Amino acid sequence: MTPQTTKMKGSQAIVASLEAEGCDTLFGFPGGMVIPLYDALYDARHLRHVLVRHEQGAVHAADGYARATGKVGVCVATSGPGATNLVTGIANAYLDSIPLVAITGQVKDDLIGTDAFQEADVTGITLPIVKHSYLVHRPADIPQVIHEAFHIASTGRPGPVVIDIPVTAELAEVAYRRPDGPQLPGYRPTLKGHVKQIRAAARALLDAERPVLYVGGGVISAGAAAELRELAELLRVPVTTTHMGLGGFPSRHELSLGTLGMHGTVTANYAVHECDLLVAVGARFDDRVTGKLSAFAPQARAIVHIDVDPAEIGKNVEPSIPIVGDARHVLAALVAELRKAELPAGRTAAWLARIEGWKAEYPLHYEAPTDGTLAPEFVIEEIERVTGGEALIVTDVGQHQMWATLYYHFSEPRQWISSGGLGTMGFGLPAAIGAKLGRPDRTVIDVSGDGGFQMTMQELATAVNYDVPIVVAILNNGYLGMVRQWQELFWNKRYSYTCIGVQPDFALLAEAFGAKGMRVTEAADAGDALREAIASGRPTVIDFKVTAEENVFPMVPAGQAITEMIGGKSSRRTREKKP
Amino acid sequence: MKHTLSVLVENKPGVLTRVAGLFARRGFNIESLAVGESEDPTLSRMTIAIDGAEHPIDQVTKQLHKLINVVKIRDLDPAGSVSAELMLVRVAAEGDKRTDALQIAEIFKAKIVDVERRSVVLRVVGATDKLEALLEMLQPLGIIEITRTGMIAIGRGRG
Repeated sequence: MTPQTTKMKGSQAIVASLEAEGCDTLFGFPGGMVIPLYDALYDARHLRHVLVRHEQGAVHAADGYARATGKVGVCVATSGPGATNLVTGIANAYLDSIPLVAITGQVKDDLIGTDAFQEADVTGITLPIVKHSYLVHRPADIPQVIHEAFHIASTGRPGPVVIDIPVTAELAEVAYRRPDGPQLPGYRPTLKGHVKQIRAAARALLDAERPVLYVGGGVISAGAAAELRELAELLRVPVTTTHMGLGGFPSRHELSLGTLGMHGTVTANYAVHECDLLVAVGARFDDRVTGKLSAFAPQARAIVHIDVDPAEIGKNVEPSIPIVGDARHVLAALVAELRKAELPAGRTAAWLARIEGWKAEYPLHYEAPTDGTLAPEFVIEEIERVTGGEALIVTDVGQHQMWATLYYHFSEPRQWISSGGLGTMGFGLPAAIGAKLGRPDRTVIDVSGDGGFQMTMQELATAVNYDVPIVVAILNNGYLGMVRQWQELFWNKRYSYTCIGVQPDFALLAEAFGAKGMRVTEAADAGDALREAIASGRPTVIDFKVTAEENVFPMVPAGQAITEMIGGKSSRRTREKKP
Repeated sequence: MKHTLSVLVENKPGVLTRVAGLFARRGFNIESLAVGESEDPTLSRMTIAIDGAEHPIDQVTKQLHKLINVVKIRDLDPAGSVSAELMLVRVAAEGDKRTDALQIAEIFKAKIVDVERRSVVLRVVGATDKLEALLEMLQPLGIIEITRTGMIAIGRGRG
């Protein structure tokens, strides 16, 4: 049987291939070297193209779409500056293991390497920040390359794939044929964990008196939240999540410790400090989580590390029980293994009682401002009250982001969309647009800062253009707040270039874009403003005037042990004693 | 400990850049790297020598494995493998020195592949330590230029 082929242009093959992969939305910005592709998109029936206002907006929107839906996010840019504008967003997706395919136009094949107009070595520039990349020299390869790119981006440890396509390949005639499957002899991710290792982990869990599950983004990308919850409840093991793991375990669950690390809860950090067994699932012992590595989980007699990426295991911490595998497969196998054993009733009861003690002694707290401004923490709490804790929360990067991790309670995976590893200011607004387009059924709130918002605020035009009713809640303190906080605490309050009090009127600015603009200065108005914004069904910016010099607490100074927290108790800026 | 990695990679453009780039950004120091086509024309084989004391070899191989174009990695055990390197060295050989150069070449089974009035070029194949020993002997004569391919290695047969 001969496979069915259809004659078409390379550009049409790109569109056909994207549709074949189930892509329904892509974000992009046209330019000289992608005009043929845009010509083909003009006729596309199953593919919605969203025109952003800057290529960085396209890649972050594709990223937000991917995080919200679990599907591969797709973005398009032209050669040279179009492609280099994607670089930050590609790095962002790489560090957070987000499935992304970035298609870039390239100059004519025979001009590559001649410093042609709008030429940049895009595969070269992005080499250190991609899971894989392609430069398509042969037009006939387009369907196979796109097929493989989606496969690589979405399987194993997900990540971004760049496809650089010379305009000559877009123009060439190709015989399109749906690929049979990826041809990648060197790519076979291990999904199922080793049986012996899983047994060893089960034994360690049965033996442990003070176990902690330390859970990262791998639980979200593997879709392992149900398995995780089953495991935690089966043995009554407390769970702390990383920033990336938020939503992987319900924040309000009695076994939830909140996040750990630099801006984690006191309880989570103390629990990790005292645990006798640490089970890391889809997490990578990042420095923002561990603080001083030599003082991390010092009492743990065993560390189990479950990760789909073998290179993460032993990179920062040498586990006693390494398990290479996908979080869902491994946790399910672990639960099955445990169900075979006689479960020790109440083994962790004393441990959970100690944890309850910490929760009671060190609750999150903030003081009501006396200067007539809003407490930023209060605004987050209001967002939770108004949305019933059910909104997708997208954030930018900085203090507001940390307050959102601490004060909003998440109940399900993919409800939390935030730049973790790279810490990319400007991520929030475009990512929120992508998230809302991917999940139109959900309320999407972009919690932002006055600094980060100004980095990509032109995307308000995109939100208005496509009628994307997101609510942008700017926690406006007139500072680049996180840097200001470090300057206050560690640099003698020398606020070098962190005051951005000279700023646009955000409400008027929103109106200028055709969005709805609001300003809130009184605590009593916050809830109503949020309700009005959500009910309006329009893209809305709310400028919340929050306390200028409020700090994010608790805080572990960089490089310290995670028990060395500042501001965990209501007497501010006092250092907690070690437990 | 020194490790010799035999790495089978897809024979595609840019693969060497990916490997070299990975080593650079992870801070792994390559002592030598040689690459050429393998028994299968779609695959190339790289021989990479790396100091395992400086970098955990486990982490190096795991990171290499993450490259999509890397098909297989073997950490060759010195006892279970043979290795060789090719070196060309131009050494001063004027007057009396010429006899010395020729004698040293003979001892090391090096071939003289170029001769002119003031110098000769020796071509030698062997293990890295043999090449080092030769260079040490040639040093007093005056070494003008050295070029080396880097080590290649292959596992010994089991039969």
